[in-house]
Amino acid sequence: MYVAVKGGEQAITNAHQLLAKRRRGDTSVAALSVKQISEQLSLAVDRVMTEGSIYDRELAALAIKQSAGDLVEAIFLLRAYRTTLSRFYTSEPINTTQMQVERRISATFKDLPGGQVLGSTFDYTHRLLDFKLLAEDGIATPSASVAATTEQTSASEQASEPEPEKMTRVLKMLEREGLLVEETDDDSTPADVTQDPPTYPCDRSARLQSLVRGDEGFLLALGYSTQRGYGRNHPFAGEIRTGEVDVAITPDELGFSIDIGTIQVTECEMINGFSKLEDNDVKFTRGYGLAFGQSERKTLSMGLVDRALQAERYDEERISPAQQEEFVLSHCDNVEASGFVSHLKLPHYVDFQAELELLRRLRKENPTSAKPVTPVQEKGE
Amino acid sequence: MEHTPLKERSNTVNYQLNDRQRWMSVMAKSSGELLHNLSDSLIDTAQFETIRAPEVGLTQVRARMGGTGSQFNLGDMTITRCVVRSIAGHYGYSYIAGRNKAHALRAAELDALLQSSNNGSTIRQQVIELLEEQLMREQQQKTAETSTTKVNFFTLVRGED
Repeated sequence: MYVAVKGGEQAITNAHQLLAKRRRGDTSVAALSVKQISEQLSLAVDRVMTEGSIYDRELAALAIKQSAGDLVEAIFLLRAYRTTLSRFYTSEPINTTQMQVERRISATFKDLPGGQVLGSTFDYTHRLLDFKLLAEDGIATPSASVAATTEQTSASEQASEPEPEKMTRVLKMLEREGLLVEETDDDSTPADVTQDPPTYPCDRSARLQSLVRGDEGFLLALGYSTQRGYGRNHPFAGEIRTGEVDVAITPDELGFSIDIGTIQVTECEMINGFSKLEDNDVKFTRGYGLAFGQSERKTLSMGLVDRALQAERYDEERISPAQQEEFVLSHCDNVEASGFVSHLKLPHYVDFQAELELLRRLRKENPTSAKPVTPVQEKGE
Repeated sequence: MEHTPLKERSNTVNYQLNDRQRWMSVMAKSSGELLHNLSDSLIDTAQFETIRAPEVGLTQVRARMGGTGSQFNLGDMTITRCVVRSIAGHYGYSYIAGRNKAHALRAAELDALLQSSNNGSTIRQQVIELLEEQLMREQQQKTAETSTTKVNFFTLVRGED
């Protein structure tokens, strides 16, 4: 039986005031603006948008500010806000092939049409703390050397490449040779887990949608587990690209398609170990990762898990956690997970009292175990 | 729907559909601030009737598995939409990513004016084309920055040769 508790209103109000005070920190230090968060903590913003499931940099930055940098809390705030908005439209599928590429690499082919472009990346940095940032105050000055090289190269590059290069997909090359399982459009309407909770086994569209919303840390660990042998699928990062894509809708009242804006996304196409298919052909298999913003670790992990969850399709034995669809999808959402874990903090006084009584009675009935050391304190329950 | 005569009225059509798609897309992708700066002097806001005041909602963003395969839902994005009617009877629509209501209102007003033969071409020249140029400049700037990070990896031969 659930017994409600009451009281504590004043303490709760005071706790919230204290939270606001602690969140603000030392008032002699300038307050952080939402714009600053959006500009200077952009990767945190990207994660909150992806898992909070709304692309809106300002809202995500606001959530990060309000949650004092607790990203899981920020994701929760964004999801809660999401429920207050109605959904007007569904976009046409974004075309990542037409992406204005800011970064594009392949770990499988050295020479590619369009080349390998590193973009802004932590790769190849030495992970040494940069104490210059500690001394930085006020207006930031972009590193002079970067600006200079930009100009030099842009002058020479622009002469040879006036058009921004559209980069062809790396995996298409393998598809053409018949070496890789093809991704073809079966024209089906995708599942929407925000409207209909998934039932298992579920469609790959429901899986991918859940994985996009899924916790980066959880998916990273699962992806890592497949590399260590728990559902091994022998991955290569075939292509990773980050950049902006157009989003288009066709409103009923207009009857024609228009762009409503651009969004930045990161895409990871994983090439996985080859497998014998139904028609006895042998081909490489694949996993797919996609997320808002610059979310490389997330999309790599998603690609690994997406492949692991295709075990059934390739007649693989499901023996590892990353291959268990229901296990992965029903535990990957950090809003659900932290909700249920955090509810343990709420008063369970009566529940626990019942357990306590039961244990005491059992011990009394079985005299060999009934040797109380010290009586359990009951005060304050 | 709260505003029934939404399908285009039988006004004389002074533009190509492609053009309209283009100007609506350009206004959506441009910054609201720049749109206002360029168009403030060209517009008399009193001359519009609000059919659907700017309202904020969501658009579900779809993507394709492997970039080319079947569709799935990636997530939502915020969108602001607005409908106005100009004194000449043109309906102006806007659908803009984000939550900037002033941006959506102005884009809808301009969409109405752009459909008229009177001031359509002025706005095309003084607003749309300048916005397009700005978008192009931003894109070129990004491309230039990105191209400085282009690499060539060399594979080293291992073992005895």
